[in-house]
Amino acid sequence: MKRNPGDAAAPSGSEVFLASGLSRRTFLKSLGTSAVTAAAMGAEQVSQGLAQANAERPVGPGAVPVTLTVNGEKKTFRLEPRVTLLEALRGEAGLTGAKEACDRATCGACTVLLDGTPVYACSMLAIEAQGAEITTIEGIAKNGELSALQKAMVDKDGLQCGYCSPGMVMVLTALLRKNPRPTEAEVRHAIAGNLCRCGSYPRIVAAARAASGQSAGTKLTFISSHDHAVA
Amino acid sequence: MPWPKETRWLGKETPRVDGPAKVTGRAKFTSDIVLPGVLHGAILRAKWPAAHVKSVNLEKARRAPGIKAAILVNEGEFEVRYAGQEIAALAGTSKQAVLDALALIEVSAEPAAFVVKELEAVKADAPQVFAGKANLTEGAAKETGEVAAAFAAAAAVAEATVSTPIQLHQPMEPHGHTVQIDGDELTAWSSTQGVFACRDSFAKSMNFPQSKVRVTCEHMGGGFGSKFNPGVEGLLCAKLAQAAGAPVKLMLTRAEEGLAVGNRPSSFQKLKLAADAEGKLTAFEIYSVGTPGFAAGANQGGGSGGASFPAPYIYKPAATRVKQGSVAVNAGQSCAFRAPGHPVASVGMEAVLDELAVKLGVDPVEIRIKNDPHEIRRKEYALGAEKFGWKEKYRKPGASPGPVKTGVGVAGAAWMSGGRGTQAEIQVNADGTVEVRVGTQDLGTGSRTVVQVVAAEMLGLDRDRITVRIGDSRFPPSGSSGGSQTTAAVSPAIFDACENVLAELKKVSGLDDPRGANWKAACAKLGSAPLQVRGKWREGLSTGGAGGVQFAEVGVDTDMGAVKVKKVLVVQDCGLVVNKLTCESQINGGVIMGLGYALYEQRVMDARTGFVLNPTLENYKLPGAADLPEIQIMLLDMPERGVIGVGEPCTVPTASAIANAVANALGVRVPDLPLTPDRVLAALGKVPKGATGTAARPDATAGAFAAVAAAPEAEWVESNGGCHSYT
Ligand code: FES
Ligand code: FES
Repeated sequence: MKRNPGDAAAPSGSEVFLASGLSRRTFLKSLGTSAVTAAAMGAEQVSQGLAQANAERPVGPGAVPVTLTVNGEKKTFRLEPRVTLLEALRGEAGLTGAKEACDRATCGACTVLLDGTPVYACSMLAIEAQGAEITTIEGIAKNGELSALQKAMVDKDGLQCGYCSPGMVMVLTALLRKNPRPTEAEVRHAIAGNLCRCGSYPRIVAAARAASGQSAGTKLTFISSHDHAVA
Repeated sequence: MPWPKETRWLGKETPRVDGPAKVTGRAKFTSDIVLPGVLHGAILRAKWPAAHVKSVNLEKARRAPGIKAAILVNEGEFEVRYAGQEIAALAGTSKQAVLDALALIEVSAEPAAFVVKELEAVKADAPQVFAGKANLTEGAAKETGEVAAAFAAAAAVAEATVSTPIQLHQPMEPHGHTVQIDGDELTAWSSTQGVFACRDSFAKSMNFPQSKVRVTCEHMGGGFGSKFNPGVEGLLCAKLAQAAGAPVKLMLTRAEEGLAVGNRPSSFQKLKLAADAEGKLTAFEIYSVGTPGFAAGANQGGGSGGASFPAPYIYKPAATRVKQGSVAVNAGQSCAFRAPGHPVASVGMEAVLDELAVKLGVDPVEIRIKNDPHEIRRKEYALGAEKFGWKEKYRKPGASPGPVKTGVGVAGAAWMSGGRGTQAEIQVNADGTVEVRVGTQDLGTGSRTVVQVVAAEMLGLDRDRITVRIGDSRFPPSGSSGGSQTTAAVSPAIFDACENVLAELKKVSGLDDPRGANWKAACAKLGSAPLQVRGKWREGLSTGGAGGVQFAEVGVDTDMGAVKVKKVLVVQDCGLVVNKLTCESQINGGVIMGLGYALYEQRVMDARTGFVLNPTLENYKLPGAADLPEIQIMLLDMPERGVIGVGEPCTVPTASAIANAVANALGVRVPDLPLTPDRVLAALGKVPKGATGTAARPDATAGAFAAVAAAPEAEWVESNGGCHSYT
């Protein structure tokens, strides 16, 4: 998560964040994930940070109101603070398009956009997503009209079982908004955090290229029977 | 072959009918089903690889907030045989409540000695997975011709020792179900490869009449052989629903996927192959051992079984000696996995064949054309070699200059395919719309689209007139989706039903040909009662037997040990192609899964703790978009053979071709799959051998092969896949 949750306008339930914009969780996370950070901060700063973090008023563990803006609609739920964004979307908001496949930030099936940036919804708390514009796969087709990318995914067969497809569509939608004519390498890079066990990658790449008006020819050679007649 | 020659839909590129639903998130997968009042189910698993459980106390968990049902897997005392074995299950009002309560279950157990490594488990003094029974089963044995004499008379003899890993299925949608019991009716939403097989299994284990059980699977996120039945998790889900008096959803976590839902058995293979001066294969010998985990042995009250594979795979030297053992270890059990046995068989056989070619100074493609008993595959080698530029690319092993060496390799495959026994029902409405119902399921192979394509073709209609309903055990029966059989089983039934529709419609409408332009007028005559007609699979429209060959080009960094697959060329036959687009996708998928098998995938067991070290996707490495080679596919059109499935043959030879290409690049074979950098460097002598690979060390494997050779002989059963039927 690159976004600093404290940047957002204070939503209800924002008491989880410190006034400074440094939440207890983000602060501790930065300590946990990077010893270098801790060292760089210096002992004094660390202890100041800790003092500040400890002064924070915790919420939970019981359910608290959480307001999410999903596909342009604001909804409030009562959730335990430990509920992930993915659980909230799928279980509470009834939006089952984003999938749970690993629940550990390794596969991308749960990808949604947070203020336009792809995030793994399984690895973010719902309470952290307050104040942001959340876009799920259900918010991509407008009035039932598929986006150019979605159309290309269908036409180029960028899917087999389709379980990874919502996540693939979300990251590629974000890519195409930033970079309307990506190279093949850029497309591959964009979906590097999304796994597809069916091995649909070649056709997913073809779909992204086709959606941006670039050639995405098939690699299939069809040899008709008289050309390969077996004696 | 009565399939039409001039076609509008058949054999074209048809986007899948459920594509729009899947790319918009509208498609409801099993894991997306949310019933009103549904409870969340979860399983408590053993934390010991071996233990004697004396008691399990559910009382605290049962009283925890939100918990509605708590059940045991076994009553009384029982044995744990792997870390991850199911012990108890809970259902509650939220995931969080259930996770909290799982921690309150008290299990009293005595941990026992365990063994998780194959080469340790074969030893006489190894801990026994089933007390009192040897871990190593009898060796499946087969002998033809005069083997010793044939080896003695040979012009050249090659030997190879290789190993293949335990591969995990890891479908993106985990295993799971939602079960609702309403009075005497049980309804299950299952992520499955067989709605009828699941129905029968639920009926039997829950003691319900089959007529009162319904299983549906609208969309499912992949199975690859691991979702043929409800599994322990399905039965626990049903029992929780019964105990709670409410619907329960139980989807496994990713870590559980890595522990308990099946895998491809491992193998250690010691092979020997001989040829005469012309390069004709004359003699073959193999000793092998692998593990299917603990469970295959459960049927036999000990030992194991189920790690054998076809040998000498697709080749037919006159003199052969085969002895294959299976050894039980304290780990999750194997089950069917895309082309069971075949990738394992191919890796060993194609390796020793290449070693022999090098000894004889014969080109690897030539030695295959000379010895492959199947004429279609011989043709495929010739076509593929030309397209691939084999002659220009092939160099003597190790002849590639520089620190990043390139190499090429080739391998062949066979699969029985086939498929029969499907029924279908077509309803034609007065407004001209059509509903086709068939109790098959779509695993991502495109079977829903196949049904639509065949019906649209036969009835002469636009595709959008035809609604396909599948994935429901209330529809006319169809078999499980496995063995690459679905397309060949389903297409003829749709064909037959369409013929019956046309005959009926002729009668009702008085029109000679109700198809195409006449369709609307003919249907208008139906009035208020829609026409409902059945059809069933019949002979002559589909058949079995698909072959294929693959060529691979690799670059190997000899300083870093990294292997990069640059290109894979597939030459594949599959009879009459129903849909080029989905056929191509399946082949892409097969190649990519084979690439994972060759380079990345392996379940790693920790000998000290007995745990799977990499059950999740952080550490179990699946191929990603960055790992893609260029994949080129040549499809041989053979409409005269009828419909044949292609899902499995296309994954078989990939790893062998890659392993052979790496051996060609380096001039030395990396004997253990996956070909990880440490193993590449070990093969080059740059790091000590055997740090992770074992086939590279004869001292590690010799005991196991000797044990297999000495084991009592069991009857040889031609294993799943019947590669010899494709001749
Ligand atoms: S489910 Fe979130 S990354 Fe896999
Ligand atoms: S299409 Fe099945 S996981 Fe991607």
